[in-house]
Order: sequence, then structure tokens, then C-alpha cells
Amino acid sequence: MRKLGFIFLFVSMACFISAQQHSTKRTSTQSTQQNHQGHNHDHGDHSGHNHAKGDHSGHNHAKGDHSGHNHAKGNHSGHNHAHGDHSGHNHAHGDHSGHNHAKGGHDGHAHGDDSHGGHAHQNACGHMVHDHSAEFNPGAVAFHHISDQNVYSIGPIQIPLPCILYTHKSAEGGSKFDMFSSGKFKPDYHGNGSMAYNGYVLYEGSARRVRGNFNREGLVELKNGSHSVYAVEEMQENGKKKDQLYLCQGGQSFKVDSKSTLDGGLFGGGITSFTDFSITKNVVSMLLVSLFLFWLFRKVARAYKTRKGMAPTGVQGFLEPIFVFIQDEVAKPFLGKRWEEFIPILMALFFFILGLNLFGQVPFFGGSNVTGSLSVTAVLAIVAFLVTTKNGNKDYWKHIFNMPGLPAWVKVIVTPVEMMGAFIVKPLTLMLRLFGNMTAGHMVIVIFVGLIFIFGKNGMNPAAGWGMVVPSALLTMFMMAIELLVAFIQAFVFTILTASYIGAATEEHHH
Amino acid sequence: MLYITLLDFSPIKPDLGLILWTSVIFLLFWYILGKMAFGPIASALKDRETTIQGALDEAKKAKEEMSNLKAENEKLLVEAREERAQMLREAKESGAKIVNDAKEKAKSEAQKIMTDANLEIENQKNAALTEVKNKVGIMALDIAEKVLKKELKGNPEQEGFVNTLVDEINLN
Repeated sequence: MRKLGFIFLFVSMACFISAQQHSTKRTSTQSTQQNHQGHNHDHGDHSGHNHAKGDHSGHNHAKGDHSGHNHAKGNHSGHNHAHGDHSGHNHAHGDHSGHNHAKGGHDGHAHGDDSHGGHAHQNACGHMVHDHSAEFNPGAVAFHHISDQNVYSIGPIQIPLPCILYTHKSAEGGSKFDMFSSGKFKPDYHGNGSMAYNGYVLYEGSARRVRGNFNREGLVELKNGSHSVYAVEEMQENGKKKDQLYLCQGGQSFKVDSKSTLDGGLFGGGITSFTDFSITKNVVSMLLVSLFLFWLFRKVARAYKTRKGMAPTGVQGFLEPIFVFIQDEVAKPFLGKRWEEFIPILMALFFFILGLNLFGQVPFFGGSNVTGSLSVTAVLAIVAFLVTTKNGNKDYWKHIFNMPGLPAWVKVIVTPVEMMGAFIVKPLTLMLRLFGNMTAGHMVIVIFVGLIFIFGKNGMNPAAGWGMVVPSALLTMFMMAIELLVAFIQAFVFTILTASYIGAATEEHHH
Repeated sequence: MLYITLLDFSPIKPDLGLILWTSVIFLLFWYILGKMAFGPIASALKDRETTIQGALDEAKKAKEEMSNLKAENEKLLVEAREERAQMLREAKESGAKIVNDAKEKAKSEAQKIMTDANLEIENQKNAALTEVKNKVGIMALDIAEKVLKKELKGNPEQEGFVNTLVDEINLN
């Protein structure tokens, strides 16, 4: 009972700490937002001037790209009206109001983004910027927390990681490798950098390349600090809306690439001008877990040598039942006589996945979502697939391509189904099952902690927020307990399915 | 409407860097731990299993042997006990016999000694009697001689009668 109480206290404390962090964060955002608004009104006025008189050509607003960017957003000047100051400032300019009225439909100024809580404002580059952090968005926070990053953040500490970035040949400046620490970006809590380095910026924890005519030599201080990069919803040629990142620097806007991916735009990643080979948070987690397991298993393997023939003790005694469980319940029943051959791959899969699953559950340790990354589970599934395929015997291939005992016309149907099963479905399900389970678990925990801010309306209703601390802690504890179970189950399921696939491929049939 | 787009959902995006690093790390993990730990541990476990099974079998065998030995011991003990009893009995018997024999022998010896003693006594008595008779004869003779010498001095008839008498005594 005492132990439970302690854990409860611990989780509650975690919630308090993160609650405080979030609220400080929020105030800072509010103040910047106010600044922006002030700034914005000025520009609104000028813009009015420009349109009316055309003599303020020095202002950036007059530039074509500004209005161009906003076509998709609907009426820009209409938005200025929403702040209510505009008309006050422009009393003197009779023609201005006339100009606005002439456009018609202004009073509605119901641009599609009103549902964001009206936190949108126009920045120096004329973009409508949504203040993501001003309102609490559990989905976005969860996505942010489970994503791979170029910084390792533990609470308020941002540990810089090495960035290894390759600029493609086709990009501005041609192909080159950049290697530097992500500390150069000076990241804040959100993983947004306030510096650019060699033409790269840090946004939401990941390095992204600035496009266009940007300074690509060394450090460049971003004028708006960590708020310099922002997403703008743009209409694409195919009529779909898509978020495009921009960097506003010196009144000039630069497009910023998304995270580098291989999906070719399939999952919203798009084709980027660079590829990120960095030692990211997930890579660091993998290295840490691997090194820890090396150390642990070296110790255990030595114990088997030095204490030969003696009863196991300590770590050896802790790991042996797990090892024997996988050996006796997974390897032996599925692999028959050849079980010893496949012990290394099965144990490697099991302990690698289990270690990473558990590492991701440790509170205050970054909660890295390694096994909840499709790239990682894909590699593991491909390894399992290759081992299965390499060890497939004559019977296995015969069952896929020429199932014995079936009439020819049935084979025409069965063979493609079997091929799909062996080459696509099995690896795909292995990959997706682990990914889905781990990602979902991480997201649910983030959202349960986030209940504090949902109920507290992110600082607007602190009493409700504080009241939610205990229920949120209880729910989080419950979820963590389940996740602990899931960590073992998923590692076990991945291993047992791999064993069954290998077993099916190596089985000796007797017809 | 929540401001979520797939742009933010990066875990689902295949990341070339992460794929490469995962491959490198996992393959090394598999190779090194397989060589260094998983293989040796599995074989050590197998060895130990055989050792333990062997030890158990041996123990069972030893137990059986022990129980066999015990039965044998008991049998031996019973036998020994019987033998001892028999030996005791025999010893007793032979002892009794020896005593009896000795008694008999002693008896007969005593008898013999007695008989011999009696015989000797008889002999001695006879010898003594004879000697006494002889002495008495001689003495009587002497006395008679003296008497006769005194009374019948120079009487040949007397003398011849006495001699006849002495001869008669001798015959007895």
C-alpha cells in the first residue's frame, strides 16, 4: 500500500511540474501574441494606406508575394477588421473605408480559420499565423511528444544531439553534408530553435532546411526567436489543403522543408531538398538500450561460465526465467529440431523490442517512442521477413507457388493469396501491430496528462486544472500499468509470430 | 475542428536516417549478443539441463542401490544374529559337555585313585602285617628260644617239639 501511495505521489508531482511548465509557457506565448497584435495593427493601418494612397511603397506589404500567399486564406484586410482597431485608426482616410466597403462581404470576415479560437494574426511577412500554443490542443501535443526529434528533452533540459544532414544535389547550393550539434539552433521547450545554422532551422524538434535565397553560412539569428518558423495552411493544386512551413526573416518569407521522409508525400511528408541522417532521440534511445543490454547480457553470459553448474543468482536469476520462457514457449514449440539455430534472432528481437518498449515508459526520461516509429518496426519486420525467406525450405516454396493436392484452377487463386500472405501481409502486420500499440499507448498517456490543461482551459480556469491533477494522475497510472503489460505482450507477440513464420518456412512436411 | 494534420504525425513517416540507424544498431545487436550471450547462454542452459537430469537420474539410482544395500544389510544382520545365537547355543552345549566330561573324568580318576590307594593300603597293610608277623615270629622264636634254652637246656625232645611247632606257624 505504501509503495502504491509513493508511486501516486510521484505521478502527481510529475503532473504538477509539467502543469507549471505549460502555464509559464503559455504566458510567454500570450505576451508574444500581444506584441504581434500590436505590430499587426500598425501594418494593418499601413496596408490601408498603401491601398488607398499607394505612397508607402517602402513597406513590405506592398510586395507581391504577401498578397499572393494570402489568396488561399481569403480576405486579408477583412481580417484586420476583426480586431476592431482598424476603423478607429483610419477615420481620417475616407477613401480607405470606402475601399473596404467596396469589396463587400467584409463584415462577415469569416475566414475558415475562425474555429481556431481567433488566435490567428498576421505577421511581418503577411502570413496568417495560428498560435498553436495559445490554446491547448491534446492531439498536437501528443503528436509532438511521440515524434522523433533532433534534441533530447527531459523536462526543461534540452540535450543537443548530433545533426547529420545531407543536402540534395538538386537543392540550392548543391549536394553537401553538414554535421553539427543541434545545440546551435538554441532550442526552446517546444524544440523550436531561435537560430539558423548552415541554412537549417529547428522546428518542433526536428531540423528542416530553409529554401530559397537564405544565408547558408554558419549561424544566423532569427529575428522572431523560436517563433520564426510557422505553418500556413495552403491550398494545393489538387484542391487539398496542406500545411506549409515558412520562416519570416527581415520581412522576407522563406519556405521551409518538412521533415525528410521517404514517403513521397503519401503521409503528408512531401519531397524534401535534404535527408536527415542525424543521431536523433530515437537513435540515442536505441543506442542506450542496446548498450545497457550488452552490459547486462555480458554479465549474465559470464555468470554462466564462472558459476558453471551452480544455481543462478542476481541478474542471471532475473533474466533466466524470461530467457527460458522464450526458449521453451516460443522457440521449441514452433521451430522443432532446429530451435537452437534461431535462438539469437528470436532473443535479439524480443529483448530489443522489450528494452525499447520499457525505456519509452520510464517517466522523466524523455518517453522516447522508438518502437512506436514505423521506420523502426519496419526494419524489425524486414529482418524477420528476410530470416524467414532465407530459411524457407522446398516445402515452404512449394506451398506458396504450387500448393499440392489442389486442382489447377484453384491454384490460380491460391498462389497469389499465398504470395501476398508471405511477402506482404506477414511483414506488414508485424510492422503495424507493434507500431500501433506503442504509439497509441504513448498518445493516451500524453492525453491523460493533458486532461489537466483541457479542464483548466490552459490556464484560463486554474481551479479546474488543479482539480483534475488527481484524476489525471490516477488515469495515467492506470494507463502506465497497462502499458507495462503491453510492453511485454507486444515484444512477446512479435517474437512468437516471427517464430511461427520461421517455423512454417522450415517445417518438414510428410505427404 | 482540431488543428491536426498529418504533417505533425511523424512516427508514421518512413525516415531514411532512422531506418539506416535502426538497421545498423539492430544487426549489430543481433550479431554481437547472439555470439556473446544468447548462443552461449542457450548452450549453457542446455548443458545444465543435461547435468541436472543426469544428477537426478544418478541420485535415483543411488537411492535404489542404497535401499538394496539396506535390505542386504538387514539380511546379513539377521543371519549374523542367528549365527550368534547358534554359536552361543553350541558354546553352551559344548561347555556343559566339557564340564560333564571333566566331572566324569574326575570321578573316574578319583575312583581310580581311590582304588589304587586302597590297593596300596592293602598291599602296605599286608606287607606290614607280614613284617609284623615275621618280627613277631622272630621275637616269639627268640623268646621261645630263650625260654626253651632256659628250661629245656639240653632236652633234645623238647627242642624237636618246639621246632615242629615253629614249622606249623610258618605254614600259616
